[in-house]
Amino acid sequence: MSPQKRVKNSQAQNRTSQDSNSSQTKLSAWKAKPSNSKSILKQNNTVEDCEHGNDQAEDALQITLEYFEKGPIKTSRSKDKILEKHLKTVENMAWKNGLAPDAIDILLNAALSGKFGNAVNTRILKCLIPATLISEHSVVKAVSWLCVGKCSGSTKVLFYRWLVAMFDFIDNKEQINLLYGFFFASLQDDALCPYVCHLLYLLTKKENVKPFRVRKLLDLQAKIGMQPHLQALLSLYKFFVPTLISVSLPVRKKIYFKNSENMWNSALLAMRLRNQQPFPEPLKLVLGSANVRPLKRKLNSHSVIPVLNSGSYTKECGKKEMSLSDCLSHNRSFPLEQLQNFPQLLQNIHCLELPSQIGSVLNNSLLLHYINCVRDESILLRLYHWLSQTLQEECIWYKVNNYEHGKDFTNFLDTIIRAQCFLQEGFYSCEAFLYKSLPLWDGLCCRSQFLQLVSWIPFSSFSEVKPLLFDHLAQLFFTSTIYFKCSVLQSLKELLQNWLLWLSVDIRMKPLTSSLLETTLGGSMDSVSKLIDYVGWLSTTAMRLESNSTFLLHFILDFYEKVCDIYVNYNLPLVVLFPPGIFHSALLSLDTSILNQLCYIMHRYHKNLSAAKKNELVQKAKSEFNFSSKTYQQFNQYLTTMVGCLWTSKPFEKGTYIDLQILESAGIMEYKNSLNLVCHPSLLSYAASFLLQENLEERTINMGSIRGKKWNWYLEYLFSEGLQGLKLFIGSNIHHSSVP
Amino acid sequence: MTMDPYVASESTPELTPRQSTSSGLKDYLIGATPLQKRLESVRKQTSFVPTPPQRKIPQCSQLQENIDSQKVAFLLHKQWTLYSVTPLYKFSYNNLKEYSKLLNAFIAAEKQKGLAVEVGEDFNIKVIFSTLLGMKGTQRDPEAFLVQILSKSQMPSENREGKVLWTGWFCCVFGDNLLETVSQDFTCLPLFLANGAESNTAIIGTWFQKTFDCYFSPLAISAFNLSWMAAMWTACQMDCYMATTEFLWSVPCSPQSLDISYAIHPEDAKALWDSVHKTPGEVTQEEVDLFMDCLYSHFHRHFKIHLSATRLVRVSTSVASAHTDGKVKILCHKYLIGVLAYLTELAIFQIE
Repeated sequence: MSPQKRVKNSQAQNRTSQDSNSSQTKLSAWKAKPSNSKSILKQNNTVEDCEHGNDQAEDALQITLEYFEKGPIKTSRSKDKILEKHLKTVENMAWKNGLAPDAIDILLNAALSGKFGNAVNTRILKCLIPATLISEHSVVKAVSWLCVGKCSGSTKVLFYRWLVAMFDFIDNKEQINLLYGFFFASLQDDALCPYVCHLLYLLTKKENVKPFRVRKLLDLQAKIGMQPHLQALLSLYKFFVPTLISVSLPVRKKIYFKNSENMWNSALLAMRLRNQQPFPEPLKLVLGSANVRPLKRKLNSHSVIPVLNSGSYTKECGKKEMSLSDCLSHNRSFPLEQLQNFPQLLQNIHCLELPSQIGSVLNNSLLLHYINCVRDESILLRLYHWLSQTLQEECIWYKVNNYEHGKDFTNFLDTIIRAQCFLQEGFYSCEAFLYKSLPLWDGLCCRSQFLQLVSWIPFSSFSEVKPLLFDHLAQLFFTSTIYFKCSVLQSLKELLQNWLLWLSVDIRMKPLTSSLLETTLGGSMDSVSKLIDYVGWLSTTAMRLESNSTFLLHFILDFYEKVCDIYVNYNLPLVVLFPPGIFHSALLSLDTSILNQLCYIMHRYHKNLSAAKKNELVQKAKSEFNFSSKTYQQFNQYLTTMVGCLWTSKPFEKGTYIDLQILESAGIMEYKNSLNLVCHPSLLSYAASFLLQENLEERTINMGSIRGKKWNWYLEYLFSEGLQGLKLFIGSNIHHSSVP
Repeated sequence: MTMDPYVASESTPELTPRQSTSSGLKDYLIGATPLQKRLESVRKQTSFVPTPPQRKIPQCSQLQENIDSQKVAFLLHKQWTLYSVTPLYKFSYNNLKEYSKLLNAFIAAEKQKGLAVEVGEDFNIKVIFSTLLGMKGTQRDPEAFLVQILSKSQMPSENREGKVLWTGWFCCVFGDNLLETVSQDFTCLPLFLANGAESNTAIIGTWFQKTFDCYFSPLAISAFNLSWMAAMWTACQMDCYMATTEFLWSVPCSPQSLDISYAIHPEDAKALWDSVHKTPGEVTQEEVDLFMDCLYSHFHRHFKIHLSATRLVRVSTSVASAHTDGKVKILCHKYLIGVLAYLTELAIFQIE
């Protein structure tokens, strides 16, 4: 193409580039397909054929880009004029609509490759305004130009300033982060230092903070004095790895870098408005947050959990003169900072000093071990006070506009829960926190963490805790979605399990006199049984609210799978049956796995009750705990009903009695077989496929044919299909001679 | 199926132990250790109304005899910002001098930003720890103590101390509930009052947190507690009134909240109080509500504004004044202990 044509085109562009909206669509379309700019342009032309004027503008830009890609034409006489024209084209386009990623790639390359003079490079860099995003690849390429040494110091400075200003528009930062070492080395250049600092400030991740870098920064600080940009980077490093930096930095300082210096501000603002989609706000250059009462942040500056420091500080200052023995014993004490592994802990356990701020143990599993075995009341009290206050201060729904700390709070709760799981013990402070915060909880915020806290409530008297916690939980339970209900049941199951484990261990550990043991054990069992009753009440009502949802029933039966095995698994004298509402819902369910689970639970109840009965007979005189005959009666009722329905095809005669007239008036005449193993709604499809498998040609299948020997084959078939619960149930409750 | 209301007492446990065991379980679970006592007290606090239905009207001089009146005067007429502090671990009154030195070095290090500082070096500030003898409600309350930061004169020849830059004090007045639940290693001074630059409070608070493993949190005063203060302080017998009784309500509206100030002659306020007050020496929740309701209806009659729909943010009387953001000023020497007793109660409530 001749230079004349280009001139024409660029004029055309000046005339017709009004339609910013449509060109915007085009530019964003560029991003989607990262091939060379020419083909993209063609594609766009076909899409928007009607807009000729715009095409021309695009053409002009296209020509300009080609020009910059190839470099200046040496032989041309009117070289400067052409260059000027092209620069104008780019500038117009850039300030109006922004540039596509590919255009930026080409221009960045041109500006840093040294093909043009300093003034041109400056002009190019100044107009590198993205329309949407900047590709990471372009930035990496540009940085590689910096190493060649072809661009002047001022261009470098401008490039870094541009990079900082555009940081949020770079699509990806992984590869740029790999160049961290390179950027860090550039700190030595005095002119670059402030801008590189700013870039590093944006780029630094925890893993970038290394001791040698800290040393280098401190050296630099010693050389050039306390500069705000160095301070910023140092405080960020200190934030990530507080142990590496012992200097104290100003806490109050809020602005390290002046944003006003950013010459691209207005263009970026315009671009955001054009794009009309919320772009990520540029990183606020603030370390602490501007709170209503900022003291809290200042006092407990960076992380919620204090840093590990050994407590010798307090100890030393408490003594005016150290005696020789003190001195020796002091020397022997093992500094916490050196504690790295479990053998070290074992070797030094007699002379280990606890941290000056006990909260720091939460992050250190070795110290959690230590805390677990040292039964020092004041340690627990310190932890209790610290944890209670921190939970209260951090809890986000106590404060109005504190949602920016939401993530901190979630992380903090996760840390606590990890520590509780590790210790297999709940903290009292968490329980106290739940008393205060559960009534205010919306059921959404930090749901998973909150419910986990519930499952770690230390064992206590249920009726005492009920008005404080479980009544509030019930309100939330009934008014929330089925998923919330399931999660609550899940965490209550875990709570029950934790209580049972604790009790079974505790009873074995405590050498109490038998009478005291029985009193306390009786009370404990009472508390557990109340918890189970509570869950039974929740479940029965929830089944009705959720119209017998199978999904919900699974969670309910999971809970009772724990309940039915208390006597055998935990060796605790307690058997609580499920409420009739749950039993019947499960028995009449359309879902095979529910029926299977019900059979399994009945089988386990049978085992537990038989074991209890046996023990009662053996040590009749001693036993303090006689299960009430009601439990046995109810179990037998359930059992009769199940056997009547599933096996003998005589439902509702014993156990659960239903007036036959009701069935007749409902028009159900053939009800006797309809709930047996063949015709039960959840098993019907098994029966059908069993019959089909046997006789493929048959058109009609006769369910009634499954009897006698075939009944047994059918059973084998069901067992082979994975109904193990059913197998166990039949094995333990039905004598095989009684095949119907 | 029918929906059975869940009633714990009606549910029959499957287990029938021969004797009632609830008290046995309680002893077993709660009350054995200080920590469990603590939890028990939290349960009580949470399950009942947050404040007891009645309190004593501050009695005239409850100050102990050996109190230093000069120091008391120093504490009056200053604005204090309130904090609650959890019990201090291994704090000892014998080491106040050592603490002064250490805190001095700590402050210097914080202020010099990044330069190492040696303990005992000479700085241009001075930290003084001193006890406030007698500033307590009962003999069991630990002694209050004062921390002051003074600027030191640069001239070594003039050996006089400069002006006070910052003051803070810890105290505990009638803190029995808290004292019962901690062991000997702890010193319970749940109320902390600070006057001076907040940056200094932050530095000193950090030092205390690091040294005595305690926790500082700002103590805000709810509108509910402010109306209690209004009633209790109006009820105090005064020889002469130094200030008008004033209330400040805030109406949340945008862009700026609207404040309504309501000033009454203190004698009128006292007369109103006397008309609603029944039990001598005590203030009850009903009386507090009635007192405030009278003020509301009076205001409504004149201005047709329902103050009960707004938020009480400040109360000032001749005894003391308090703002909801946790700032108080104590004016009357006579009722100092009474005011501190209520503030201690609020601080203890916050740390439980």
